[in-house]
Amino acid sequence: MKYFKILLLILVLVPAAKAQDETPLIEKLKQKLNQVHEYAATGKMKTDVAFIKAPVGNVKMYYQQPNHFKLVRDGGISILPKGGISINMNSIIAINNYVALSAGNAMVDGYSTKIVKLLPMNENNDIVLTTLYIDEKNLLIRKAITTTKENGTYQIAMQYGQYSNWGLPNKVIFTFNTQDYKIPKGVTLEMDEPLTDADRKRMQQKNGRVEIDYTSYTINKGLPSGIFN
Amino acid sequence: MLTLLQVELYKIFKRPRTYIAFIAIAALIGIIQLGLKLDGDAYVSFVMNNVEQSFVFQGNLLNGYLVCYIILQLLLVHVPLLIALVAADMVSGEANIGTLRLLLTQPVSRNEIILAKFLAAAIYTLLLLVWMAILALFVSMWLFGTDDLIIQKTRYLVQLSRNDVFWRYIGAFGFALLAMLTVAALGFLLSIFADNSIGPIVATISIIIFLTILSTMSIPIFQKIQPYLFTTHMVAWKEFFDLKVNADNAAINGTIQNKQQIIQSAGILILHIVVFIGVAMYAFKRKDILT
Repeated sequence: MKYFKILLLILVLVPAAKAQDETPLIEKLKQKLNQVHEYAATGKMKTDVAFIKAPVGNVKMYYQQPNHFKLVRDGGISILPKGGISINMNSIIAINNYVALSAGNAMVDGYSTKIVKLLPMNENNDIVLTTLYIDEKNLLIRKAITTTKENGTYQIAMQYGQYSNWGLPNKVIFTFNTQDYKIPKGVTLEMDEPLTDADRKRMQQKNGRVEIDYTSYTINKGLPSGIFN
Repeated sequence: MLTLLQVELYKIFKRPRTYIAFIAIAALIGIIQLGLKLDGDAYVSFVMNNVEQSFVFQGNLLNGYLVCYIILQLLLVHVPLLIALVAADMVSGEANIGTLRLLLTQPVSRNEIILAKFLAAAIYTLLLLVWMAILALFVSMWLFGTDDLIIQKTRYLVQLSRNDVFWRYIGAFGFALLAMLTVAALGFLLSIFADNSIGPIVATISIIIFLTILSTMSIPIFQKIQPYLFTTHMVAWKEFFDLKVNADNAAINGTIQNKQQIIQSAGILILHIVVFIGVAMYAFKRKDILT
């Protein structure tokens, strides 16, 4: 019986241990993303949060290795979820010391993907865990769920187009949890307004979304000086 | 009628008391602007604390448009007191110094006198608001620049694109004029019944304070009567700073969320002005002028 148990353990652990090691895949992905030293991109940003009424705005994004990212609304104020300022995969995957574990397969937007759990070894890193849904065939990240120490969990879904060779998405949908919002009427000094059914439905949404449609990228052509200051 | 109006305007602007309001507004706006210029970021951070726990704002949050909104929010509660100083003195002031009887010996009807006096008070109110607009909006735009306007409402936060703000201020100041004219009409009405200035001025201020408190308290029993108080409708200028969203929850520039509320509140305020002035004309016609 004792030998049977040991045999069973070996049978279970050996394939599992083999499947857990996804470091080569992550390194391959890193290699692809590392082709991009810096980029400047333009796009449109839409904020969909139950308690925020914001117009769709033109935005400019700047990225520089290893993890500098800046999003600027073109003439206006940008409202971004905390911790989600680095809305790009290059930053997430820029971690050097990590453990990559396989967690099965899944379909994302009709693409077969491999689920990889990425655990940073550095305890000071704000990211606790990232689950990547990697399209192995095209070497692209289709979806990522990141849990942070300070800013909760957020999900990033990506759609690719003509910049897929660089691993850069055409569309990014950023989903995150939101807190309740309420300010006393005595502070805002407003009139009482009855809520419509549509308003009530909108207010019940607990998830917020930020969608960025990238219209163009300028890759590895330099950036305006001092852009990250 | 025009001559009467000119005479009334001359009387208003001859009195030093008239300029107290202009000086007070300039001083208050100047102090607010100075404070915000020196330590505005801390103020914005304090006000936005609720949202800044989850979101990061990038851009010039403390711009001229926001500063003007803060000033209007603070001052439009107090400006009625300054308007009452002049409007509630229009008839009672003359009764007090004994010139009313002399005025009525002129070959003009009592109605014409009342209308000329109210029109003069209305012009004073208009000038006060224009002065406020110049200082609060244009000077703030010059001092703090312009950018999107972000406003915190009771249930949500509104972001207005910078090119979608200015016309809203024109609308808001226009509406504020209606609200202030209602105060002027009330003060004017009360001045008919008194023979000294202090009584109607204090009474107007007291009524405004009392009704404003009732209008802002979120207590169910008060909430039932709030729609019937004109002070509740005086804050409807804020409706200009809210916009509609589409099915994707994206704000639509150039829209007003609750246009019907603005129209309704404006109608109620106009009705109050008409009733106050109508009653003032009726009472003045029947008034036994003894001084």
